[in-house]
Parts: sequence; structure tokens; C-alpha cells
Amino acid sequence: MNARPDLRVNLGGIAMQNPVTVASGTFGYGKEYAGVVDLRRLGAITVKGIRLQPWPGNPLPRHVEVPGGMVNAIGLQGPGVDGFVSEYMPFLRESGVPVIVNVWGTTVDEYAEVAGRLDGVAGVAGIELNVSCPNVKEGGAAFGADPRTLAAVVAAARARTRKPLLVKLAPNVPSIQPYAVAAADAGANALSLINTIPAMVIDIETRRPVLANRVGGLSGPAIHPVAVKLVWEAAKAVRIPIVAMGGITGPEQAIEFLIAGATAVAVGTATFVDPGTAVRVVEGIEQYLTRHHMRNVGELTGSLATGHCLSPGA
Amino acid sequence: MHDAAGRVAAHGPLTADYRRLEIEAPDVARLARPGQFVHVRVAGLDPAALRRPFSVYDAVGDRLAVLYKTVGRGTRQLACLQPGDSVALLGPLGNGFPAPEKGSRPLLVAGGYGVAPLAFLARRLAPLTGTLFAGGRTAADLLCLDDFAALGWEICTATEDGSLGTRGLVTAALDPWLAARGATPATLFACGPAPMLRAVGGRAIAAGRRAWLSLDKHMVCGLGACLACVQTLRRPDGSTWIARVCRDGPVFEAAEIVWETRP
Repeated sequence: MNARPDLRVNLGGIAMQNPVTVASGTFGYGKEYAGVVDLRRLGAITVKGIRLQPWPGNPLPRHVEVPGGMVNAIGLQGPGVDGFVSEYMPFLRESGVPVIVNVWGTTVDEYAEVAGRLDGVAGVAGIELNVSCPNVKEGGAAFGADPRTLAAVVAAARARTRKPLLVKLAPNVPSIQPYAVAAADAGANALSLINTIPAMVIDIETRRPVLANRVGGLSGPAIHPVAVKLVWEAAKAVRIPIVAMGGITGPEQAIEFLIAGATAVAVGTATFVDPGTAVRVVEGIEQYLTRHHMRNVGELTGSLATGHCLSPGA
Repeated sequence: MHDAAGRVAAHGPLTADYRRLEIEAPDVARLARPGQFVHVRVAGLDPAALRRPFSVYDAVGDRLAVLYKTVGRGTRQLACLQPGDSVALLGPLGNGFPAPEKGSRPLLVAGGYGVAPLAFLARRLAPLTGTLFAGGRTAADLLCLDDFAALGWEICTATEDGSLGTRGLVTAALDPWLAARGATPATLFACGPAPMLRAVGGRAIAAGRRAWLSLDKHMVCGLGACLACVQTLRRPDGSTWIARVCRDGPVFEAAEIVWETRP
């Protein structure tokens, strides 16, 4: 009788009981899903992005369904860091699950200040810097568009916190590697890949953009192969671990990410369709490891077969 | 609230354009109150397809029913469900309608299939009766009038083409009633398109009556997590906050809603 495979991972200093978290913005602050998801089954809870002050987000419509996913421009509505800590952290601490707080700002100082305020907060296991949100006019993606400004944001946050620092990178760059390297060199403990892909949908009858923000970010199964390629490339460039996200609807896509080089994965849009997806992914990874006689999920990370393929029938 | 595996109990046309779907889902049906909704995963759509929210039209014992019109790919696929098919649903979600003020007459204002949660409300209010104001483009868009007649309700109708009742919007039926019976204590409940809700709410406020409006916004998660369906509300002290229609609503009092200014 074989022992059950070991699902524990260490994501840049965040000890997770399994490699599955949720993508920021798709799981609120955890509380919203507590009635339908057993939060204790998750490896970590990644909460919606917050900045220094409360922020109202974008006008409606904020989302539109498209084949293979959805395009959203919520615009990072949130209670601000102090509101988040007082309103949501008591509940999240109670859950016992590591909490990763997604952080954004409009200046380098704002990122640093929010990281600093979270530094002493019990229950916050890590801070994910969002330098790639396509849906706010200032901040967000602007900081992730250039490796030097990216490094400046990471270094400024690094100086204010000893908690594990994750950096969520944008997919829409010519090559992911300089960004991955810049983040790692500036003190990031892990990378989050990928954010949504900038996108637009037009109503052909009115000839207006469907989203009030005109443009948004594409998520869902459509972006999964894009994310796999970027995770694979980034994993070759840096030694820090990667949490991979983009189009996971079941264990198969999560396992693909692990094989490409990810240490952990995050379920995003699929939670809206089936709240039980993340837990199903945990179970599916365990079954896969058992079936492949692997004792540790770490054996899967970066296990992409790189030899020449034999053509079928050869 | 439950993440339930329901089963289609009955499914068929209600009228030429509208269909009625009855789902056996005991945990959800037993909890459902008027004004709440269920978030349905439509089997047969691609795996990424978002859930569709439907107001509960009726809930008796282990079963609940919803009404819909086939307008897009989701409802077209929904129309394929056969009795016995399984259907995943989250619910009941949202806050629902509060009770009418003591001693007041319930005035229910419906736009098109917005009548569905109001018919459920009327059933749960029995033996109390009131007045239904039903509006729609044509007579074919006025649904469930028999439900209200069977419960002994007064029914006032309006259609834009004049094919049934007063010609015009539902307010064309509501206004003369309010003018003639202005002294009657009343609580308004409305469900329909946003411009209708805004007009009904405005009239209620002007007449010094409370109105509870069920907002229809496109939803994603249905649980208050994604912030796709938000509505700015005003507190009694004048400050504002951003409510989530799916979690904090969908029913809000007219006086608290801050309507968006027209672009």
C-alpha cells in the first residue's frame, strides 16, 4: 500500500498544504465563497487587489462573456488596505489558510506603503504586486511595462516588508524573460503568471464598445496555452518559483502548468462557473501523482520532456 | 444557500415566447423567498460559459420554477433541457422582498417577465391581496395574469401597442390609480427594466410611499465576489456606498438608489 503523495509546496516562503490557490479578483476576500467552498482545502487564498485608499472601480458594464472565457474591466474596486485588514483579515485568519494579498498603486511609493502596512499583519502569508492590471488608467500595467520601472516597484516594496513578495506579470510583452529576471533580481520571492490579456469587444449594432471602460482583460480557457508558454519561458529564466494561472478549468490544465515549470497554480474564472473547481484540481493532482507513481508534487514541476519526439508510427 | 445538483421536473412553453422550467432541488426550493434568484449552470454550453441568474417564480415543496424567454445562446441551450436532466444551480441567492408595511396595500409593478418574482410574492402574501400593474410591448409580453386573478388580485395592464389594457408604458396604468386612490396606504414592489424601475421609484417617492425595486444587472459569480454587478446606494446620512446587486440586493429601496446620470 503506497502512501498518499505529498502535495505540500513552498512558494517563495509561503508554506502551502497543496499547490492550489485562487486568482486575485475571482474569489473576493474568501468570505464570499465560504458558504460553497471548504476554504481549508485550498493551498492559499489570494484576495482581490487593494491599494492604499478605497477605490470605486469602473462604471458598468464591467464584463462580457466571449467564446472561451470573458473580458472584464472591474477596475480594482476595493476597500483600501486599512479597510481590508479590519473588515476581512479577522475572518481570513480564522480560516487558517495562508492569505496572499494582491496590491496595486498609482505610484511606486503607494506600492511600498501598502506593502509596509501589510508587513505586520498576522495571517498575511505573502504580498502579490499587481503590476499588470489592464483596467485602470493609472498604475497597474504601467509599472510592469518596463523592466526598470518593474524593478523599482519591487525594490521599493521589498524595502518595506519581510513577507514573501510575489510579482504578477503581464502576458503582453515581446519576451517574458527580462521581466521575470528584473523582478527576481529586485527581490521578488515568486512570480505570478499570467494576468489577463488586454482585449476589446464591440457591439456591432450600436458600434460602441461593450465595456464602459472600452477595453478589458481576457480570461478563461482561451488564454491557457498562452499562459503555459509564458510559464515555461519564465521558469527557464529564473530560479524563484512560479504560481501559474490562466484558463484552469480542471486538474489537467493545472498539471500542464506544473510540468511547464510552475510550483503552484491558481484557479480564476472557472470558479465563477463552478465554485468547486479549485478543490477538484487539488484532488485531481493527487490522483495524477498516484497514477504516475510520484511521491511528491515537486517531482512534477519542470518535468517537461525535452528529448526529441518520436513521430507516431515510427 | 446551496451549490445544488437539481433535476428537471417539468419544462415547457408558458406562452408562445416564454418557457417555464421546473427544477427539483429540495435544499434550494425550501429556502427560496420571493425576490431571490438561482444561478444556473446551463449544461451543453462550453465549459467556460458563465452561469445565468433567474428569479424564482415559484417554490413548492422540493421544487422551484423559473420563467424565461429565449433571447441568447444561454437560454436557447437551456430550452433543450428535458425532464430528468441534471441542472447545477446555486441558490437561493440575494435578499428578496421585505414584507409590505403593516396595513398597506401591496402594489406590484411588472415589466415583461419581471412579473415572475412578483407572482411568487403574491402567492406568499396570500390571503393578502393588492393590485398588479403589468406592462409590456404587446399582450404576448404580459405573463402570469391568471396567477394573480386566481389569488383575487386587482389587475391593471398596459401595452405599448395597445393590444391589451392602456396604451403606453406600465406607468400609464399606475398613474391614474395613484391619482384616484392617493389616500390608500400602499407599498410598491417592482421588477422590470431599469428605466421602468426608476420611473416607478420616482412616483413612489413623490407620493410618500416606500418602493422596493428588484434590479436586473448582468452578473458573474452571483455571490458578491467579482464586483461585476454593482449599484451605488445612498445611506440615510447622505453618504454613498457601492452595493453588490447579487449579494446585497437584488432588491433595494427606491429612496436609496443613486441612479446613474444619462450619458
